[in-house]
Amino acid sequence: MELVTPGFGLLFWQTVTFLIVLFLLGKFAWKPIMSALSEREASIENALSAAEKAKLEMQALKADNEKLLAEARMERDKILTEATEAANSIVESSKQKANEEGARMIAGAREAIENEKRAAITEVKNMAASLSLEIAEQILRKELSDKTAQQTLAQDYIREVTLN
Amino acid sequence: MKRLFVLLFSFLTLTAFAEVPVEGGEFQPGDMITHHIADDYTWHFADGAVVYLPVILVDNGEFKVFSSHSFYDENHETVSYDGYALDHGHIIRVDEAGEPLTDQASLLDFSITKNVASMFVSVVLLFLVFFIIAGRYKNNPKAAPRGIQSFFEPIIIFIRDEIAKANIGPKYERYMPYLLTVFFFIWFNNLLGLMPGGANLTGNIAVTLVLALITLLITVFSGNKSYWKHIFATPGVPTWLAPIMIPVELIGILTKPFSLMVRLFANITAGHIIILSLFSLIFIFKSIAVGPLSVAFATFMNFLELFVALLQAYIFTLLSAMYFGGAVEEHDHAEDHH
Repeated sequence: MELVTPGFGLLFWQTVTFLIVLFLLGKFAWKPIMSALSEREASIENALSAAEKAKLEMQALKADNEKLLAEARMERDKILTEATEAANSIVESSKQKANEEGARMIAGAREAIENEKRAAITEVKNMAASLSLEIAEQILRKELSDKTAQQTLAQDYIREVTLN
Repeated sequence: MKRLFVLLFSFLTLTAFAEVPVEGGEFQPGDMITHHIADDYTWHFADGAVVYLPVILVDNGEFKVFSSHSFYDENHETVSYDGYALDHGHIIRVDEAGEPLTDQASLLDFSITKNVASMFVSVVLLFLVFFIIAGRYKNNPKAAPRGIQSFFEPIIIFIRDEIAKANIGPKYERYMPYLLTVFFFIWFNNLLGLMPGGANLTGNIAVTLVLALITLLITVFSGNKSYWKHIFATPGVPTWLAPIMIPVELIGILTKPFSLMVRLFANITAGHIIILSLFSLIFIFKSIAVGPLSVAFATFMNFLELFVALLQAYIFTLLSAMYFGGAVEEHDHAEDHH
């Protein structure tokens, strides 16, 4: 049948043309297209993996930062507590010292007052003694001049003494 | 693309009517259809729009080149020229009276027929499209595709990933140029065949024969040890069966490309025949009422044919890739295949 009988001319032209097309397209079209496609795919893959890597790095960096921050915080807290403790102990010790000093001063003052008091009492005693002596002298003198007067005087003194 | 389809669609009905040779005598749909799907020495777009293609003959080693116009007189009747004449679409030797000679040996016909011319058009298109695309890839390989590049890139990637990589395996790269060329060659020519006035190139047995033959040659020449071992000493088959098995396997090598050849030829030719038959109905019934129905069916068939054009290109490429894959496959697990 005509339809399924390959024509010689067409066989020839088809073979020649197809082989030329295959060669030319293969060399000047498919080769650059395929290489560009695989190149692009490789670059996309690289970019993606690089992004993934960067993400991981960022995460590691963030974790590091957080660790550092936590450490710094802990350090700060430690320093703060230490400083507070130190300040407290200083205040405490100075308070104690002041108290002790105050107590000591008060004790000193008391002792001085006691001494003064004692000295004053001794003086008063001495003065009273000397006054008694002087009174006794004057009485003795008056006794010598007037006996009644002496008696009255003595009675007066005595009265005075009893009134007191 | 959409504009292209619309353009294609709007031409279809027009030219189909224009081309039907109704002048003189009873309308013979069989003759009309055969004439349309067969090769020709002229390219008949429409009445009055005829391109006379060059005739190239090698007669006993002697080149003869002349226009096919010489075979037609002013009344479009065929005449003999220089001792040759057209006879049922072929050139034969004739005597002065126009009677065929008994000696027709060693007359080789290399004429640029309608199919050859159509193929050249498709080749120009292929070069135009893919050299432009290749240029874009070369100039800025990392840029995003644009224009026709973004239309063809997914197709190229599909052929690479789904056809070549999936069926051939790690050695796919060697076969990519052939697979891509054969896919786009068939697809472009299928579509050109659907164009008004287009030639039925991929529905011609010579064309599909050459394509299938190239697939066969590539398969045979890339066959590795295990491929040939499968044919000449099929594993798991007793040796005494070899006289039966070897011929069967050898026939198997040939039936694969034979099926490729027939499948493409039959599918494309059948599509053309169906569309032409639908239009013939109008002239058979000689009624204008049949027109809308015929046109509706033919339009539907045309859309179907657009799909078939792509499908057949895909199938041819896919099966070629599978045959190549079978030839280069390492049969470590040979028994699993039977």
